[in-house]
Amino acid sequence: MIGTFPRIPSGCAISGMINKKGQCMTGEAIIQSIALMHDRSNGLGGGFAAYGIYPRFKEHYALHMLYNSEKDRLATEEYLKDKFVIDMSEPIPTRNVPNITDAPLVWRYFLKVDPKALSEQENQVDETDYVVAAVMHINNCIEGAFVMSSGKNMGAFKGVGYPEDIGRFFRLEEYEGYIWIAHGRFPTNTPGWWGGAHPFCLLDWSVVHNGEISSYGINKRYLEMFGYKCELQTDTEVVSYLVDLMHRKQGIPLEIACKVLAAPLWKDIDKMEPDQKELFTALRQVYGSALLNGPFSFIIANSRAMIGLNDRIKLRPMTVGVKDDMVYMASEESAIREICPDLDDVWIAKGGEAIIAELEEGVEV
Amino acid sequence: MNYLMPEFLVQVDHERCRRCKLCVNNCGFEALDFKERVVSDDSKCVACHRCVLVCPERAINVVKNPVAFKESYHWNVEHIKNIYKQAATGGKLLTATGNEKPYKSYFDHLVLDACQVTNPSIDPLREPMELRTYLGSKPDKVEIVKENGKYKLKTKMPPQVKLETPIVFAAMSYGAISLNAHKALAAAAKECGILYNTGEGGLHRDLYEYADHTIVQVASGRFGIDREYLNKGVMVEIKIGQGAKPGIGGHLPGEKVDEEVSQTRRIPVGSDAISPAPHHDIYSIEDLSQLIYAIKEATNYQKPVCVKIAAVHNVAAIASGIARAGADVIYIDGFRGGTGATPATIRDHVGIPIEMALAAVDDRLRSEGIRNRVSIIASGGIRSSADMIKAIALGADAVGIGTAALIAIGCQMCQKCHTGRCSWGIATQRPERVRVLKPEKAKEQLVNLVRSWSLELKEILGALGVNAVESLRGSRERLRGIGLNQIELEILGVKPVGR
Repeated sequence: MIGTFPRIPSGCAISGMINKKGQCMTGEAIIQSIALMHDRSNGLGGGFAAYGIYPRFKEHYALHMLYNSEKDRLATEEYLKDKFVIDMSEPIPTRNVPNITDAPLVWRYFLKVDPKALSEQENQVDETDYVVAAVMHINNCIEGAFVMSSGKNMGAFKGVGYPEDIGRFFRLEEYEGYIWIAHGRFPTNTPGWWGGAHPFCLLDWSVVHNGEISSYGINKRYLEMFGYKCELQTDTEVVSYLVDLMHRKQGIPLEIACKVLAAPLWKDIDKMEPDQKELFTALRQVYGSALLNGPFSFIIANSRAMIGLNDRIKLRPMTVGVKDDMVYMASEESAIREICPDLDDVWIAKGGEAIIAELEEGVEV
Repeated sequence: MNYLMPEFLVQVDHERCRRCKLCVNNCGFEALDFKERVVSDDSKCVACHRCVLVCPERAINVVKNPVAFKESYHWNVEHIKNIYKQAATGGKLLTATGNEKPYKSYFDHLVLDACQVTNPSIDPLREPMELRTYLGSKPDKVEIVKENGKYKLKTKMPPQVKLETPIVFAAMSYGAISLNAHKALAAAAKECGILYNTGEGGLHRDLYEYADHTIVQVASGRFGIDREYLNKGVMVEIKIGQGAKPGIGGHLPGEKVDEEVSQTRRIPVGSDAISPAPHHDIYSIEDLSQLIYAIKEATNYQKPVCVKIAAVHNVAAIASGIARAGADVIYIDGFRGGTGATPATIRDHVGIPIEMALAAVDDRLRSEGIRNRVSIIASGGIRSSADMIKAIALGADAVGIGTAALIAIGCQMCQKCHTGRCSWGIATQRPERVRVLKPEKAKEQLVNLVRSWSLELKEILGALGVNAVESLRGSRERLRGIGLNQIELEILGVKPVGR
């Protein structure tokens, strides 16, 4: 990982869009949307995640990396060579943008898991666990290296700066994706660290987050019990790990996982039908330490869905807009109207209510 | 010659005294007599304050005997007096309540966080604030199935016991305390939606109606235990140890075994009830496991089984073993925990503080990935909501309060429970003393205490910006240490203030 940092609270802007038919759009619209909320961030962090951008390499894990130096890159590549088959390795294309300075090396790899290396693992692990372990290793043990994203046919682009400048820096208008999410950050001190920007990604999960998770301390300790190392000290990190744990590892439906993160109040559970009461009581009993408490709105995406969620007493803003096959979510309605003035439907998400927008059944991406 | 001088002096203002004798009749220790006017035998006074507080004229005061000893730091008065007592009797020095020595209290070196700007604090007067807590073993995950478009729980959950606030009344046996005290605890537990604990003295039939709020204890003496008893509670607690006296069994002096206690405990009237130091069927962890499962069989796997241990040096490893032996709840009692009777040397010199024990246990269970398997109740000197809140942040699911509960119903902490003379009707079986404790009034005081602490807990949760107690549980990030060294901070898992 790149240095160690104290946890930095921050306010933020978030925006996201999905085409439910899997039609791809350039990064132009998402840049415009997040740029409109310029005043919600302070130039100390911006970032994007996009899905469907690497159709040529859609079966490969796309590893987006930040490096402090060439030396760190070489050290990381030594590690990667042992664990993966590297089919492509190149710098991520960038352009000079006046406000973006001190950029680290940005690099991407298209990897496949070496079946031999996988079978030689001590404990039988599946491929995704293997990739997660490698990401954890790089972020925690290799100095000067940081994994921005590690999913298939997707990638994260982030750094220190206003989000619109980061978007131009990474030439996002040249990519085409069917899901885009974006983040503008307002941290309360200067991190000067690109890895600390959002989105935060693991496998094909990405999260952008506005808020501070006041229950971070216990969420982190809970995740550590399942082998996750939350060394980055960002509360957003726990969101993606919690979803990964519940949905990918434990098979809990996304809709229900959201009901763990923003659990219904006991007074509402007590009024439910017996079988629902039983389910939600058990969820709170078992996953109490996974409850995200404190103000948040976040957008979390994977290759087939984009989900918006607010904390259960709605301490952060989130608006949802729908137009034909498009679903938009953003901190402000204006950020949606900016790119789609004529919406079919628009509403403010309720506290604790998960807004789940999925690719339609049968849509191949 | 008796070398012992009275510890306290009773001062009676004979001008104000109207000779009503209320003080004489109220002194459980027979320190007062009436010979034309109130006279005192100061050597019997224990500073229980009953006379001071019942006197309608406020004519009585109790003061420390100012008689001077030549000062020595090493040979302080207490050591000198103890030697006199032992030289005169040849016995063990007995005492009651909890460790009174000036060991460091870690609670007093921990401070809590609060929200400012970036995350808002939550106003408990205007927003929901959830304290509900479930005790019992939790699986690592739940399985869910979809039937007719609705998600349903497939996992069969182990038994859980609901607390409306994360407090239980600690185990105090009928025998050690009076039936009126037990009635007050049981009724208060019911009203507050929490639990009281029978202790090791069996269960009086008058309390059967409170079964839904009862923890029934199985201690080494096995007093009053049968299948009916085990099923008269919502949780069964196997008592291995107690913070006030780790390594030894319970002590109930024969003076406190009257007809009713005798019936409930199933022992002869007037006989000392000295429970064995170990359970005679538990000489190792596999034996404990057998007892846990014997109890689960006897209660049809409907009730969580709790194992109570004293906080001792190796508490983390012991707790891990207990979790693996099948316990659903672990109750850890720190060295400040109270008792109705114990050798003073054990009370004051054996065991470790609950703060350290709790932190070590929670850490160990997490590092082994088995924290979900058990709930943790922490006790042993919880004096205030602040102590409770810090214990929860260190990792406790709930706290046990014994001494605080007794103080709420009038205990003045004179440390003489073992004499059976309690003037306040709490730690006694003498009918004329028990009578002064009114169960209904005492219940109200207990309910008020639990309510106060719960309100204060909500207040702190709100300041921390969370609205459910599970978001505080184990969240050591919200604690900071003040005046602690590096190793202490490390064991507690907290950062120093300023970081």
